[in-house]
Amino acid sequence: MRVTRSRAVLAVVAVSSVLAVSACGGGDIKNETAAGGEDCGTINMAINPWVGYEASAHVVGYIAESKLGCTVDYKDLDEQVSWQGFAEDEVDVVIENWGHPELQKKYFKSPGGDGSAMSAGPNGNEGIIGWYVPPWMVEKYPDILDWKNLNKYADLFKTPESGDKGTLFDGDPGFVTNDEALVKNLDLNYKVVFAGSENALIEGFRNAEENKTPMLGYFYAPQWFLSEVPLEKVELPKYTEGCDADPEKVACDYPVYTLDKIVATDFAESGSPGYDLVKNFQWTNDDQNEVAKMIAEDQMDPDDAAQKWVEENPDKVNAWLGQ
Amino acid sequence: MSSVATRSARTLDTGLVATLRSRWRLVSLLAVIVIWVLVWTFTRGDSTLAIQASDRTDIHGWFLRLTTSIEEANNVVTAALAALADAMDATLLFFQHLFTVPEFPRPLPQVGWLGALALASLATYAVAGWRPVLIVAASFLLFGMLGYYPDAMDLLIVTSVAVAVALLLGIPIGIWMGHSKVVSAIVTPILDVMQTMPSFVYLLPFSILFGIGPAVAALVTLVYAMPPAVRVTAYAIRAVSSTTIEATDSLGQSRWQRLRNVELPMAKRTIIVGVNQTTMAALSMATIAAYVDGPGLGQPVLEGLRRGQLGKAFVAGLAIVIMAIMLDRTTTAASIRAETAARSGRDRGRQRWVVLGVGAAVAAVAVYLSNGYSWANEFPAGLDIGTWIQLRVDDFSGWLRADFSSVTTSIQERFTLSFLNPVQDLIAGSPWFVAGAAICAIAWIAGGNRALGAAVICLTGLYFLDLWNNAMITLTAVLVATVVVMLLGIVVGVWMGRSKNVDRAVRPFLDAAQTLPPFVYLIPVLVLFGANRFTAMVAGVIYAAPVAIKLIADGVRGVSATTVEAAEAAGTSRLQMIWKVQLPMARGALLLAANQGLLYVLSMVVIGGMVGAGALGFDIVYGFRQSEFAGKGLAAGVSIVLIGIMLDRITTYSARRSSSAAPAGARAKNTTRKRFPLLSSSS
Repeated sequence: MRVTRSRAVLAVVAVSSVLAVSACGGGDIKNETAAGGEDCGTINMAINPWVGYEASAHVVGYIAESKLGCTVDYKDLDEQVSWQGFAEDEVDVVIENWGHPELQKKYFKSPGGDGSAMSAGPNGNEGIIGWYVPPWMVEKYPDILDWKNLNKYADLFKTPESGDKGTLFDGDPGFVTNDEALVKNLDLNYKVVFAGSENALIEGFRNAEENKTPMLGYFYAPQWFLSEVPLEKVELPKYTEGCDADPEKVACDYPVYTLDKIVATDFAESGSPGYDLVKNFQWTNDDQNEVAKMIAEDQMDPDDAAQKWVEENPDKVNAWLGQ
Repeated sequence: MSSVATRSARTLDTGLVATLRSRWRLVSLLAVIVIWVLVWTFTRGDSTLAIQASDRTDIHGWFLRLTTSIEEANNVVTAALAALADAMDATLLFFQHLFTVPEFPRPLPQVGWLGALALASLATYAVAGWRPVLIVAASFLLFGMLGYYPDAMDLLIVTSVAVAVALLLGIPIGIWMGHSKVVSAIVTPILDVMQTMPSFVYLLPFSILFGIGPAVAALVTLVYAMPPAVRVTAYAIRAVSSTTIEATDSLGQSRWQRLRNVELPMAKRTIIVGVNQTTMAALSMATIAAYVDGPGLGQPVLEGLRRGQLGKAFVAGLAIVIMAIMLDRTTTAASIRAETAARSGRDRGRQRWVVLGVGAAVAAVAVYLSNGYSWANEFPAGLDIGTWIQLRVDDFSGWLRADFSSVTTSIQERFTLSFLNPVQDLIAGSPWFVAGAAICAIAWIAGGNRALGAAVICLTGLYFLDLWNNAMITLTAVLVATVVVMLLGIVVGVWMGRSKNVDRAVRPFLDAAQTLPPFVYLIPVLVLFGANRFTAMVAGVIYAAPVAIKLIADGVRGVSATTVEAAEAAGTSRLQMIWKVQLPMARGALLLAANQGLLYVLSMVVIGGMVGAGALGFDIVYGFRQSEFAGKGLAAGVSIVLIGIMLDRITTYSARRSSSAAPAGARAKNTTRKRFPLLSSSS
C-alpha cells in the first residue's frame, strides 16, 4: 500500500508540474481558428499522379485559398477514380485532362452519360506525345530526329531486352500508346519494351544524358523533366484527322492534345467564386514546367512553389481573378 | 514411400537409399529438360500465343463487362458491403478528427502528439507489459522527428481499423474452419486468391463500389490482411490436443462450453500470433492503399516515387519500418504475456491496476494538454532529423548514378544475356503445348499426382485467359529470381544458422528489407540497372530473400546437436558438415524456403511491371490506369493467382514427399508472415 501511495503522490507531482509548465508555455489553441472562408466553401481538387498536374492544381488551389478564402481539399486519385468522384460529390475539379473520350461518354451529358461532369474549357497546356531522344544524341547524330533514319541507328539502341533489334522504351501506364502498331506499320527494326512507369522513363533518360548512352523512348510534354533534360522529339509521319482511327493500322504521329479542365456539374452551378477561377485558369507548358520543376527538382512544398510563382506572375493571376 | 525416404534421410548410414531415390528423380527431371530443349530447337517461336500489349481478346472483353456489372450491381451483397464501407468510413473519420485532421474551426486536431503518445503507452502497458511501452514511446517520438507524425497516425488508424475488422470476421471463420473439413476445403482456395490476387486489380472496382474515402484503403487492406487471421485461428483450433477435448467432453460439456472453456483458452497464444501476422500484412498494404487516396505514410512514399525523390520516399519508408517493428514487438510481447498470465495466475494483479490507474491519470492530463496547447499538439519542428536524412540519401543516389551505374549496367547486361534470356527463350519461346507438357511432367515427377492435377488445372486456366506468353515470361522471371533467392538463402542462412552472433547482426537488416515498402528501394535499383526485367528481379529478390534466409537459418539451427557432434567426432570438415549433414537434414526448411521464396517473388510481379518487367505485371498496371484495359488487367491478375497456386502446390507436395514434416524451426513465427501453405493444407 505504501508503495502505491508514494507512486500516486509522484504522479500527482508530475502532473501538476506539467500543468504549471504548460500554463507558462503559451500557444493556447482555443484562441486560434483555422484559416478559411465563408462565401467560397470547400473545393475538392483531384491530384492525378504526375507532377505537372500537381503544379497546376496547387497554383489554382493556392490562389483559391489565399485570394478567395476557399478551403481546398487535395485528393490523390488516379484519373479513372477522379471521374468517378464527380458522381459521388467527392471531386469538384480535375485541372488537367488528357482527352479520355471513354470517360466523357460515361460522365458528360452530351455523349449520353450521367451528366455529373462537364468541361470548363482548355487550361492552355498542349499535350504533345511522341518519341524522344536525349540531346547529346542530336548533337552527334543530327539526322536522328527523322523517323526515316531510325533504322540506320537501330544498332545503337540495342539492349538485352530487345535482342538484335533496337529498344523503344514505352510504358507510362497512364497514357495510351500506338507504338507497337507504329513500329510494325513503319517497318522499323525496333522492339517496344515496357518500362512501366513515368519514373522508370525519367531515370532512363537522365542516365542516358549523363552517361551519354543511347535511348529512344515514349515521352510527352508538358513535363517538368524537360526543363532538366531538354529531350528532343523524333518527327513521325504527320498526324492527319482520322489517321489513328484503326489502332491496328496507325502509321502517323500522335495528335496534339488540347488539355482541358473538368469540373463537377454541381460545382459549376454552385456559384462559387472558385469555379470562376478554375474556368479562367489558363497557362502555358513553360509556366507549368517551371512550377513542376520547383516541386520535383528543388523539392519545394507544392504550396510554396505555387506561392512563389503566383507572386512572380501577378498579371496572369489577376486575369484569372477577373481583375 | 515418402516416410521411407525421410527415415533414411535421418541417419547417415541409410542415406544411400535416399540418395539413390532422389537421384532417380533428378535423372528424370534432367531427362524432361533435355527433351524439352530438343523439341524447342525444332519448334522455337511456333505457337507461343504471344499477343501485343495493346491487344485485347474476347475473354478480356468478358472480364471488362463482368467488372462493370459488378460495379453497377445493386443487390443485397453490395448493399451490405456499402453499409460496411460507410460504417468504416465513419469510424475512420471519427479517429482522424480525434488525432490527425482538424475539424473546422479548430486549427489543429483534438488530441495532439503528447496525448496520443500517452494513450498508446497506456494501451501497450495494458496488453503487453512494461518493455514494449519504451518501444512505443520511442517510435512515436521518431515519427515526429522524421517529420511524419500525422501520416504515421493516419496509417496507424487505418491499420488498426482494418485489423480489428479482420479479426472480428476472421476469427469466427477460422474457428468454423478448424471444426469442419468441408468449410476448410471451401474457404482455403478463397484465402489463396485473396492473398495472391494483386491488389491493383481490385483497387479501381473497389473505389467505384465503395466511394472515395479512407474506407476503401481499409477495405483493400482488409482483403489482404484477413487470411492470416483465418488460417492461424483454424490452425490453432485444430492443434488443441484431442485427448484434452475427449477428457473434457466426457464431463458432458456442450459444444459452446467446449469452445469457450477448452479450445479458445488453449488456442489463445497461437491466435495472438495470428494477430501479429494480420497486422504485418495490413501494414504492407500501406503504399498500395495510397493509390486510392488512402491516408498514411504510403502517400509520401508515392510522392517521392512520383517526383523521383529518393530521400523523401526513404524517410517515409523508414517511418513505416519503425511502425512495423513497433507493432511486431508489441503484439509478440502481448502473446507472450497471454501465455505467462495463463500459467502464473494473478499475483501481480493489484500492482498492475495501480500502475494502470496512475497511467490513466497521466494520460488524461497529456490529452488535456495536447487538446489545449499547440506545443503538445503539433510535433515540435526543432527536433527534425528527417530533412537531414533526406538530404544525405539524395546525395547518395546522385553518387550512385554518377559513379556506379556503368558498372552495374554491365552486370545487368551480362546476367540477362547469359542466363535470363536463354531460360525465357526456352519457357516462353516454346509452343504452348510443349511448355505446358514439360511443366506438367516436372510437376508430376516432383510432387506426384496431386501436383500434376494442380498444374493441369492452372495451365488450362492460363491458356483460356489468352495471356499464355506473358504468363510464361512472368513465370520465367519468378523462377530465375527464386533461384537467386535460394542461393542467397543458403549462403546467408547457413552462415546465420551456424553462428548466433551472425544471426543477431544480420536479422535486423532482414526485418527492415521485409517491411520497407518496395517502392522505396525501387528508385535506387532503377538508377543502378535501368528499366528492364533484371531490375524487376532485383526488387523481387530484395523482398523475398529475407524470408528464405530466415527459414534456412532456422532449419540449419534445428539440426539436432547430437547429430552434429557425432559427425564432428567422425572428423568431418566444415564444408562436409554443411553439405553432407546440415543442409540435407534441413531439407524440409529448404523446400519451405523455396515455396515461400516463389510466392514472395510472385507478389512483386506487379511492382516489377512498373520497372520494366513487362508481361503480366505491366498488364495489371495498365488495366488499373486505362479503363478500357481493365478486363485484360483482371485476366492478368487471375493468371498470377493461377501461377501462384500452381507453384505453391508443386512445391508443397514435393516438400511433403521428401520429408513428412518440416523441422520445428521452419515454422518460426517471423518467417511465415505472409502465407501458410504448409500449415493450412497439412494439418
